[in-house]
Amino acid sequence: MDFRFTEEQTMTAEAVKGLLADLCQPADLRRLMQVGAARDDRRWTALTGMGLAGALVPEEMGGLGLGAVDFVLVAEACGYAGLPEPLVENAGISLPLLAALAADRRAATLLDRALAGDVTVATAHPANLFVAEADNAGALLVVRDDGVSLLEAGSVGLVRQDSVDPFRRLFTLAAMPAAAPVAGASDARAAVDLAFDRGALFTAAQLLGIAQRAVDLAVAYAKERQQFGKPIGSYQAVKHMLSTVQVRIEFARPVVHAAAAQLANADAFSRARISHARLAAGEAADLACRTAVQVHGAMGYSWEVDVHFFLKRALALASWWGDARFHRERVAARVFDRPLGADQTFASEAAHD
Amino acid sequence: MDLTYSHTEKAFRAEVRAWMEANVPSAPLPSFDASREGFEAHRAWERKLAEGRWGMVTWPQAYGGRALNLIQWLIFEEEYWRAGAPLRVNQNGIFLLGPTLMEYGTEEQKTRFLSRMASGDEIWAQAWSEPQAGSDLAAVRATGRREGDDYVLDGHKIWSSRAVFADWAFGLFRTDPASGRHKGLSLIFFPLDAAGVRVQPIPQIDGETGFAEIFLDDVRVPAFNRLGEDGQGWSICMATAGFERGLMLRSPARFQMAAKRLVDLYRAHEPECAPETRAAVLQSFMDAEAYALSIHATASRLIAGGHIGAEASTNKIFWSELDIQLHRTALSILGARAELMRSAPAAGDVGRWLDGYFFSLAGPIYAGSNEIQKNIIAERMLGLPR
Ligand SMILES: Cc1cc2nc3c(=O)[nH]c(=O)nc-3n(C[C@H](O)[C@H](O)[C@H](O)COP(=O)(O)OP(=O)(O)OC[C@H]3O[C@@H](n4cnc5c(N)ncnc54)[C@H](O)[C@@H]3O)c2cc1C
Repeated sequence: MDFRFTEEQTMTAEAVKGLLADLCQPADLRRLMQVGAARDDRRWTALTGMGLAGALVPEEMGGLGLGAVDFVLVAEACGYAGLPEPLVENAGISLPLLAALAADRRAATLLDRALAGDVTVATAHPANLFVAEADNAGALLVVRDDGVSLLEAGSVGLVRQDSVDPFRRLFTLAAMPAAAPVAGASDARAAVDLAFDRGALFTAAQLLGIAQRAVDLAVAYAKERQQFGKPIGSYQAVKHMLSTVQVRIEFARPVVHAAAAQLANADAFSRARISHARLAAGEAADLACRTAVQVHGAMGYSWEVDVHFFLKRALALASWWGDARFHRERVAARVFDRPLGADQTFASEAAHD
Repeated sequence: MDLTYSHTEKAFRAEVRAWMEANVPSAPLPSFDASREGFEAHRAWERKLAEGRWGMVTWPQAYGGRALNLIQWLIFEEEYWRAGAPLRVNQNGIFLLGPTLMEYGTEEQKTRFLSRMASGDEIWAQAWSEPQAGSDLAAVRATGRREGDDYVLDGHKIWSSRAVFADWAFGLFRTDPASGRHKGLSLIFFPLDAAGVRVQPIPQIDGETGFAEIFLDDVRVPAFNRLGEDGQGWSICMATAGFERGLMLRSPARFQMAAKRLVDLYRAHEPECAPETRAAVLQSFMDAEAYALSIHATASRLIAGGHIGAEASTNKIFWSELDIQLHRTALSILGARAELMRSAPAAGDVGRWLDGYFFSLAGPIYAGSNEIQKNIIAERMLGLPR
């Protein structure tokens, strides 16, 4: 039992954080918004240059062969920065799914292009009403009842669905062309389930990052802003609001990290933990962003202050890769149908055999 | 990150489990607060634990421990709570003073106090609070006057848990009369049966005696009984409090077992329960789990040489709030029966939940109130101005 990240894992995360601190500040976000572009090429090139696209793809297929624990801190950093580009969806969810289907030649070819950084891949999954970043993706992986299909860019009509989050590009598919699945439903089942779990987990990690960012923005403002001759952060009401949020964050974080470490177990225990992580991080982000608005006063209600970017991302991610109700039911399935008790914290189906 | 148990850890769990199964009393012991008899029954249990070298598994072997790490301590606690073993009557000693003694005590002090603490021969109370020094602990007025090789203690301590039957107390005294606030305080031990000590029980919210006032009138103790340097009392107390709030005082297993009982209670009453009750039950489970995971993360960090920091404050808020929510949920499931005393024929298991509910209300008060913890988080963790 050792609940620590390795030095390498923290170093990778620090590198991503550093890069995003340089290239993904709110001023950068605003610039992107003004020009109406989907991606900042310089930032995206820098990120792909780190080789992160293949993070979760096995080494023998040209990836880095890392696991969810290696990527979870990266996803957290993306949430913290409010990253517009689809690093998490592409590298964290779509490409490992594609790799799992690479027995099919079309999938294998696309994977090579995606690992080279030529294209991104978007995933259309029944858990999500929309497909994110579908217009910029080189191809779509579409999960349906009959299996997983692969649609090249342009082969399917996309209807843009405007999100309140200016950096989320959401689409519905106009009409599905008939395409032979790259994997049938039963063959793809495990990979699709795992893709969903990665989606939920990395969404939780992003929410955790968003929550901490909202607190940090509010703390910075509370130190600066003076009223009654003192910084507002010296008033206990303000302190207690922010401490309350920080406590929520502190008790979402180890759940997210444990969920990452257990994701590969793919059993009722690991799924409940992922869902717990999603719920806890979602609630922390929601409270953090609302609190940050309050701490900023009218500034917090303005377009000028950056809090709203994070508030909107938190709102958007709240029902992404499963809504709260869905995730609560997965926790319920573990609570009501599996053994409980102090010795069951790290239980897995493998350990029970 | 490896969230699986090693062979050694599994074997250790099995060993603890076997011992608990063979030794945990089959019927619950009478409360240690209510009577001398209950207190002594708990002391006997401490002795039994010590005979099996289970008193404090993290302590060095020389003091009756097994020199195990904090993950193994957590395994021990999990098995302890799983077995439904008695509450630790000496918790102020073994969880608070013990670790502090090991850090700040001289060899002679460790030899004198630790083994008898671990064996239950000497049971400890904490005498810090005073009528005018609660949250503002630095306002203590009790004094320790140096006379040759002795201190002469005077003052009025209050809210001292288990002091009614305990053997010793560790108190905070002003030993420099010219000092103020955090300076000039010392941590000094005194026997509760020493000449000049009067212990006055205080009934708690449920009518039972759980804590006491301690009046000290020219109580003479050797200077040997001072822990650390003269005037170092405040920083030592804060180290103790950090350990108390941060880790030892409330091991996660306590809440996980309570959450398990809550799920059982919910199942027995499911048809009568509202949907929000179900959500509250699931929330209690999740919060207990989150606390357990957080403590495992902290334990791993400490094993690798880290120090307990602000998590002492975040932990204390989280477990105390979780405890209240868990018990409120239980009472809401019990509905009209929630008000029944243990003695009521229709009570069944109700009394236990009610006791737990009352005690949960103390959680945000003792060990440093939650409001004070929020100040600490805001100032030390978030860096907000004082
Ligand atoms: C069950 C129980 C067992 C205890 N056992 C022991 C023991 O064994 N030994 C011992 O020494 N003590 C013990 N205590 C005492 C405990 O440490 C004190 O109750 C605690 O420190 C709070 O002090 P107080 O009760 O005087 O409350 P006060 O300090 O008077 O506080 C009253 C209220 O005001 C709030 N408040 C106070 N100051 C501030 C501030 N600066 N900012 C915001 N809010 C503030 C508090 O949070 C609280 O809500 C025990 C208490 C309980 C309930």
